[in-house]
Formats: sequence, structure tokens, C-alpha cells
Amino acid sequence: MAAHAHPNYVKVWGILVALLVVSVLGPTLGIKLVTLITAFGIAIVKAYLVAKNFMHLNIERRYVAYLLATMLVFVVLFFTAVAPDVMKFTGDNWEKPQLAAEVADPGHGTEQHH
Amino acid sequence: MRPIANTRTAAGLPTGRLAVWWVIASEIVIFGGLLASYVMHRLAHADWATQAANTNVVAGSFNTLVLLSSSLSAVLGHKAAEAGDGPRAARCLWLTMLGGLTFIVVKAFEWSAEIHHGFTITSNPFWSFYYTAAGLHAFHVIAGVVLMGFVAADARRGRELHRVELIGIYWHFVDIVWIFLFPLLYIAK
Repeated sequence: MAAHAHPNYVKVWGILVALLVVSVLGPTLGIKLVTLITAFGIAIVKAYLVAKNFMHLNIERRYVAYLLATMLVFVVLFFTAVAPDVMKFTGDNWEKPQLAAEVADPGHGTEQHH
Repeated sequence: MRPIANTRTAAGLPTGRLAVWWVIASEIVIFGGLLASYVMHRLAHADWATQAANTNVVAGSFNTLVLLSSSLSAVLGHKAAEAGDGPRAARCLWLTMLGGLTFIVVKAFEWSAEIHHGFTITSNPFWSFYYTAAGLHAFHVIAGVVLMGFVAADARRGRELHRVELIGIYWHFVDIVWIFLFPLLYIAK
């Protein structure tokens, strides 16, 4: 990359470490919403900080960000297309009695270890 | 006359950097597909939480700290390379490599303990995803450390300094993948 103004990298690292601490401590409260926000919400913030400040995506050619975003769209497309088949018990002309049995009786049909 | 291999491009980017972004675009689909598969199965099997409770949060947190810190040294190496200070850039890359090696050593101990307790890749679908995702990521860490060794050796002699940024971009991506793996495999119980 051509010479450019550098952010304070140590400060960015400090913020990332602070966010890591929150993401570990938050879920210990045992509240589902707090876990979702602290574990996964903060992961998105951390990824954004790394991409922006360390990978310098904010000063990279704009189409690079569009290229990466397109790949993420493909991932979302994959998820929405496949997830119903994986997560649902029944559909048009098909059913998964084994999954229904597993969910009704966790541990049934799978080898369990201590 | 400018060096053609580094600067001639119809894309408006140095060719090497364009290639690294292209690699990362491909990696997003590879890791994204794997993690998306994990999430949909995890949501469909609430009982996997009992398996996830056996992962080592302390080791995972420590490794997250290690990778975040190694990203810092990688970007400081990029800054040094941009200033034309090859030896300093090389030292920063060595620190990054040390971080990568630490990550792998911690992972080796972690996996050994888990396998010793019977949590193997075939014991439960959760552990299949766990070992596949973390293993694929660890493979990327190892590849990054090896490549960084070559880049650092050149940088120490003041050669090919633009590669310091390129290997750094790859390393930061590996860091980002772990940022998502960590809550998915260790935190969500």
C-alpha cells in the first residue's frame, strides 16, 4: 500500500483485548441475550476493527470490500437455502423421524462421552 | 522505470495484493460454508451444548489473546516495511511467528487433553465440527508461519518489503476467522 497515515495500532489492540475480556465474562451471567450480544455481537465488532485498522480495508480500493461482501452474501445464501433441510423435521413429501427423536430424547442415537 | 511485476495492473492494485485479496475472498466461502453448516446443525441440536461445555475456555481465550497480539506485531511490521526499515519489519514478523507457534503448542496440549478424555473427531457431531474447523484454522496458522519465515528472511536484508504487508493481510484474516470460531466453539454452551 502506498504510504498512508497509520492509526495508533497499540490502542486498537488494547480495545480488542478489552472486548475479548467482555466477550468471555458476558456469557458467564447465563442470560441468553447477554451471551448473544457479548459473544457474537462483540465478535463482529472485533472483526470490523481488525479489517479496518490492521488490514486497512477502509483505505483500500472500494471494490475489494465489495468483493469480500459478495462472498459473505454467498455464505448467507448457502445458509438460507440449506438450513431448513437441516433444522426442520418435516417438509413437502419428506420427514426426518430420527432428528425428531433425537431432539425429543437428547443423547438417543448418538454416542455420548463423559 | 517502475518494477512491472509489482505495479502493472488493470485492477488499480499491486498484483500481489490483488492476489492476496482473491485468496481471502475464496477463504471466506471455505470457512463461511463450514461455520454456516456448524451453526445450522448446532441450532437443530440443543443437546450439543452438553458437548460444547467440555471445551477449554481458558485455553481458547489465551489463544485469542495470542492471535490478537500477533496481529499487532504483523501490522507494526508493515509500518516498519513502509518506512523502509527491513530489519525492524523482520523482527516484527518473527514476533508474529512466535505468536503462531504459541497458538499451535497450546492447541496441541488442548487437543491432547480432549482426546485423552474420549472427545475424538468421531465421538459426536459437535466434536467432528470442532476438530474440522479448528484443524483447518490451525493449518492456516502453520502455513502463515512458514510463509512468514521466507518473507522475514528477505525483509531482514531489505528485500521485497512489500510482501510484509501481503503476509500481514493474510494473517489478519486468520485472526478474524478465530474471532468467530472462539465464541462458536468455546463460549456458546
